[in-house]
Amino acid sequence: MQQEVLLAMLAKEPSYGYELRARLNKALGPLGEALNPGHIYVTLGRLERAELVVVEPGDGDRPERKVYALTPAGHARVDEWLAEVSWPKPDLAEFHLKLVAAAQSGLSDPIAIVDAQRRELLGRLREAQRAAMDEATESEVALLLEGIVLRLQADLRWLEACERAWATRRGTP
Amino acid sequence: MNESATAVIRASGLSKRYGRDEGLVRAVDDVDLEVEPGETLAVMGPSGCGKSTLLHLLGGLDRPSGGELWFRGRRIDQLSERALAELRRQQVGFVFQAFHLMDELTAAENVELPGLLAGRSPREARRRARELLEQVDLADRARHLPSALSGGQRQRVAIARALANDPDVVLADEPTGNLDSTATLDVLRLFEALHGRGLTLVVVTHDERIAATADRLITMRDGTFVDETRLTGGTAGRLADLVDLGG
Repeated sequence: MQQEVLLAMLAKEPSYGYELRARLNKALGPLGEALNPGHIYVTLGRLERAELVVVEPGDGDRPERKVYALTPAGHARVDEWLAEVSWPKPDLAEFHLKLVAAAQSGLSDPIAIVDAQRRELLGRLREAQRAAMDEATESEVALLLEGIVLRLQADLRWLEACERAWATRRGTP
Repeated sequence: MNESATAVIRASGLSKRYGRDEGLVRAVDDVDLEVEPGETLAVMGPSGCGKSTLLHLLGGLDRPSGGELWFRGRRIDQLSERALAELRRQQVGFVFQAFHLMDELTAAENVELPGLLAGRSPREARRRARELLEQVDLADRARHLPSALSGGQRQRVAIARALANDPDVVLADEPTGNLDSTATLDVLRLFEALHGRGLTLVVVTHDERIAATADRLITMRDGTFVDETRLTGGTAGRLADLVDLGG
């Protein structure tokens, strides 16, 4: 989990660790299973040492529980992060080079590689689509699943283009 | 042998050719297929690969140029036009990309129509239409004209209409082709619910979302089947592995 995500989740109000986790789980639904609670606390510790977060004792009868709050520097970092336009890069070069290397070396048929990859992506799309069908349309999680579905669709269309192109190349000596 | 006896549709060497000599087009070229009861079968392929022609042959909307076609154990490729029309009316439900609803009839009347044409009493047809509109979650839109419905709602009415005579199979041609993402999801949910009730569905599509949720996927190119897969999940195993949350 990126540090900035946790910081931004704290921007609403100072919160206990478990409240942060609940917010993340609500936004991620079944996709949040991969979240490691230990990792969240490790990250909070790092943010505290970097003075982006301060720890206050819990109120009422649970003073031993830590309440995490943003420092002014933490707020500034969240503002910067919200304005950033960074985006995950699709890693297509590796697969592309796999096809090129397979064809050049004669070790494997690029079209067979594309077919196997297509089945794998269809399997993932099936899982994502079924999860989307189980979510209420207006849930936050449904929107994330829709994004995953659309990306997988785009990847499948690219594989189709790969298959066409390699089939054409095979036909010409 | 037993398997073919239980298949809803069985095609053997099925072909559809247009034109002749230089201009000969093999739209469907020597295809073998069995559609099992209760399965959702998706046929995918680029435009012009013959998938719509195949669907029209399977539903008796068009006649093959060669091969044999069996429907529930009955050979149908040589039926008279009249017998074929009867089969289409009673045993097949069709769903099209452009919905093909009657614009001047309400949603309920559209769904009643196949029952009336098949000889049901008006009262029985009305009862069945009410039940079906309930199933597709449009009971409150029964009196609306198609023009007052969204694309997704029109397609759900069309699906209800396809089910009016309890067909042995529903054949759908690009059913989500005109729908946005949300409406597509509604149609997929509906197909899933109908699948749970044992509906046999054959759908031709370019929509990977439908293809991925089917039981079996056939890929078609130049009139022939080039791949067939029984779909399961990806090797990721867990939904959570579809996203990168780090840590």
